[in-house]
Amino acid sequence: MTVSDVAKYVRSKNAGPFWVTVDIFCESEQEYEILKNSKAISKEKFAEIYQVGKDTIKLFFLPHIFAIKVSYPRAMPQGGPDEFDMHSGQQYIPVLDIEII
Amino acid sequence: MKKCRVFVPFGAIGMGINDEAFCRGVELKPDVISADAGSTDSGPYYLGTGSCKYAREAVKRDVKMMVCAGAALKIPVTIGSSGTCGVDQSVDEMADIIHEIAVEEGLVLKIAKIYSEQSPENIAALYNRGKLEAMSGAPLISYDDIMECEHIVGLAGIEPFIAAFKQGADVIICGRATDTAVIAAYPIYQGCNEAMSWHAAKTMECGCICTTDPFDGGVFAELDETGFTVEATSPTSACTPYTISAHLLYENADPIMLWEPGICINTSQVVYTQIENGKVRVEGTTIEKLPYTIKLEGARAVGYQTASLTGIRDRTIMKDPYHWLNRLEEFGKGKLDALGISREEYAISMAPYGYNAVYGGEVPDGYVPNEIGVLFRCIAKTQEMATKIAKIFNPYLLHYPVEEGKQMPSFAFPFSPNEFERGRQYEFVLYHLAHVDDYNEMFRIEYEF
Repeated sequence: MTVSDVAKYVRSKNAGPFWVTVDIFCESEQEYEILKNSKAISKEKFAEIYQVGKDTIKLFFLPHIFAIKVSYPRAMPQGGPDEFDMHSGQQYIPVLDIEII
Repeated sequence: MKKCRVFVPFGAIGMGINDEAFCRGVELKPDVISADAGSTDSGPYYLGTGSCKYAREAVKRDVKMMVCAGAALKIPVTIGSSGTCGVDQSVDEMADIIHEIAVEEGLVLKIAKIYSEQSPENIAALYNRGKLEAMSGAPLISYDDIMECEHIVGLAGIEPFIAAFKQGADVIICGRATDTAVIAAYPIYQGCNEAMSWHAAKTMECGCICTTDPFDGGVFAELDETGFTVEATSPTSACTPYTISAHLLYENADPIMLWEPGICINTSQVVYTQIENGKVRVEGTTIEKLPYTIKLEGARAVGYQTASLTGIRDRTIMKDPYHWLNRLEEFGKGKLDALGISREEYAISMAPYGYNAVYGGEVPDGYVPNEIGVLFRCIAKTQEMATKIAKIFNPYLLHYPVEEGKQMPSFAFPFSPNEFERGRQYEFVLYHLAHVDDYNEMFRIEYEF
């Protein structure tokens, strides 16, 4: 079972020129709890996916809207000469494939 | 009880709104119409060049709706982050648009212009005095980095807007401002709850993205001394506790704490309640006073770019595009070496679209694309040099062998010439807070009345 099997909607977006943020929305408390209680939804896992230091990652659990939010600093400031995703809108895809354990 | 009704027709001036949703917002009798016109989201080019992302016609159409409705209702109109980047020239260009509208519509407007551009010298002086604070994730900067900026802007808070309201301005045109300040300023000036005004502004800053139809319509809020009630102005859209609370996550690294000049807003205890007709009541936001700071944005030039695009379907290359790309890159660089062009003079990248260009990580085991597009990018000190290098690569991007000693292939160019000159390129330099005693140190207001 992966995040995409549990979550209703996952998205990513730049949060200013130096940060990216990923939002994982669930339909119900039950699904939210599955993700929240999974060891795979961790700073370590996101550090591995996005190749950033674990301590730089911000991870928020938001039970009132059954959502989990992950923010991480960009490796390169937004819009430099070798930019590959200006609005970071496609950076959530690897999160879909996280195995829930 | 003090109240203030705020209409935000669009998330950005230039995005537009359908007439019905705009008229509905006006019928609700707002006390102010506010919208933001800028962002750093589209990259450093706009700040680097001082240019606007949207077409002037689209901006004029939207501003005309705001200004005409404001004049008819005799209420103020606030515009923030003029011309995408909010440099001084953007404020003057927005003023020109409004002058045109005033002539065309026979309006007499009291215009206030808030300038927020900062000279590199002044910011470098603040840096030397230890008055710049790096935000989390900021690049390391030096005095020279600041001095190299083409443009630096400070993000205005509510203070200069309130100064302009006190002077009786009908239309306030601001350079770069926080997305929220342009909306929060008037209700706070009217005595509404400060924390809730900021929260309402954060909710409304992207227009209808906080409603059930994120693609059309405006957003309207009534603020008072304890909270705010928000609704969509499009008849086919609505606000729900979910859409309103979820919006705090949107393009925001921290969904609970919001930082604005001199304050931090805490939304951890907020209560969202659905009331009739797609309206949501919001209460419980708190505020904490902090030392007064102004966020800075700066962009500097990093050279000139030339790009090209090559389409490839060759089945051997598809099995391992990087094997071919890495050989090709080294071969091309060898040709440049032979021509006396040093590797210090340029930077090249080749990204295989259709393979992993958008993310850069590993592809799934066994993945073989049907076709890829190789985006070649070269950056150098001059446009001539960048294009020269791209032209030297041209025959190899077209014909470089799939395997040593095999027949010469031809790949698929979409253009003639296949190189496109992308002009001067920029990068963001600053992600810093300037500690200042007074907003007047950074913002200048001019009145046209």
